[in-house]
Amino acid sequence: MKLWHKYSGILLPVLAVAALILWPVITGKPSNRESAFTILKAVALASSLNILLGYTGYVSFGHIVFYGFGGYVGIFLLTEKDWSLWTAILAGGVASGILAFLLGSAILRLRGAYFALATIGINEAMRAFINNFELFGGPTGITLNFSVYKTYGGAAQALQTSFYIGAGLALLALLTSYFVRTSKFGLGLLAIRENEDAAEVMGVVAPNAKTLAYVLSAIIPGMIGVLFFFKNGNVEPHDAFPLHASIELLVMVMLGGQGTVLGPILGALVYQGMRGYLVTSEFFKDIQLSVSGILLLMIVLFIPAGAIGWLRLRIPLLRRVLA
Amino acid sequence: MTILLSLQGVTKRFGGLQALTNVTFDLPEGQILGLIGPNGAGKTTLFNAINGVYPPEDGRIIFRDKDVTKARPYYHARLGMARTHQIVQPLYELSVRENVMVGACFGHENQSLGNAAKIADDVLEFVGLTPRADQLAGSLNVVQKKRLEMARALAARPYLLLLDEVLAGLNSSEIDNMVQTVLKIREKGITIIMIEHVMKAVMNVSDRIVVLDYGVQIAEGSPETISKDEKVIEAYLGDPKLAEQLLEEED
Repeated sequence: MKLWHKYSGILLPVLAVAALILWPVITGKPSNRESAFTILKAVALASSLNILLGYTGYVSFGHIVFYGFGGYVGIFLLTEKDWSLWTAILAGGVASGILAFLLGSAILRLRGAYFALATIGINEAMRAFINNFELFGGPTGITLNFSVYKTYGGAAQALQTSFYIGAGLALLALLTSYFVRTSKFGLGLLAIRENEDAAEVMGVVAPNAKTLAYVLSAIIPGMIGVLFFFKNGNVEPHDAFPLHASIELLVMVMLGGQGTVLGPILGALVYQGMRGYLVTSEFFKDIQLSVSGILLLMIVLFIPAGAIGWLRLRIPLLRRVLA
Repeated sequence: MTILLSLQGVTKRFGGLQALTNVTFDLPEGQILGLIGPNGAGKTTLFNAINGVYPPEDGRIIFRDKDVTKARPYYHARLGMARTHQIVQPLYELSVRENVMVGACFGHENQSLGNAAKIADDVLEFVGLTPRADQLAGSLNVVQKKRLEMARALAARPYLLLLDEVLAGLNSSEIDNMVQTVLKIREKGITIIMIEHVMKAVMNVSDRIVVLDYGVQIAEGSPETISKDEKVIEAYLGDPKLAEQLLEEED
């Protein structure tokens, strides 16, 4: 009973992700597998962003920079240095973590809108830099040699393996999110979110805590980037650093409920589901991003706490389950 | 008697405004020091200087034998200094218990989450907020928020507690309660500096009083000497002789 109480908050998130993983495994259709991969990728990215946005209260409009940068580093090592996929994924995560550490030390002293603007600037600066960086192929990027897939049992098998790695990363992201949320470190982050000055007066070493949160929120996106571009076969600047993808991540986190473990997962699921419908619909396919924009506006105006936050506020009994 | 806190010539300017000028005093362990002065005298600024929110330009602040003059507030907290705010600063979206746990977790004792929860429950009982423990801090009224400020500071089990107008806005029975609470805190061996406008209370509980006026320390001493000090009466009431003259003219 005690154990159940202690870990009840992780039950629903794990079930949700497990269902996503099992769906293509049971149906056995490659198209379902690709849809599930897209959602799991969104779950991993949104859960990571939530550590910074939801727990620490710092809005990052350019979080996709870690996905793109990690992806570039990993693919470079994979193609030019013949690293294996596993080590390349780890290297992508480490590279993004280091980038976040360096950036964080500089820009995390900014607050509110200034921090958000700085994150946009960083994403655009990184895109411009990579565009002119010959080692990473400049504007044309890096293309994987098709023979790379042979090591992983051919292209079809490589896609299957990528799916399982993606599933593992999504689980890792939500476990990280959960353990941060329920740890002492997480309590410090929540205190920073609510009132940074008061938190410092109570002894929270805000600069270190914020930097660590930023690094934690950057590692898994870096790993996902490597995996995605490995699957994709090439990486180019405009695919690696799309600003609109950053904003879509924000919508997912806000929609599901920032600062909760389950919220970003639910948000990613619903948003990707909606997006899947919109891009295939005759009427919406060209204005799909404006629908996201309107959605974000609605959330901010009417349910700023997101779906899970709204439920937690209304029904106190659910608070234990909806961590 | 060991000196817990020592201020040596603390000076703070905000642009052209001289907020604190050469404030100097020693605070022995276990005392209650009352800090009084008219509005705008620099009392809260002195608190902000002591705990690192606004580091002073000149002078030194020594706390537990460490120079903390230019350190950030979390450094002070980790050394065992805690404070309440005159304008309450609750962590709105966290529960009352979680608010207090932050104090315990990140204070000088560096408690684990489990211990912090126990300490929080004890402290909430002490300040009378137990029935509110699971409410969000934002839903408390002002009096409760003041008690929460106190609870958070106490949960850190500090050596030095800075109380900024914890009696303001309370009615007389609430003031009596709070004064009892302050005395009980001292019994636990915690040294206290309190800023207060309620004279009766501050004169009763303080061992020693420092008076600030326009950022200058105009008097220091026991409550009895302070209440008879001409400079102090002048700062509060204007020229004391003028008051006497006016009374004579009326006769």
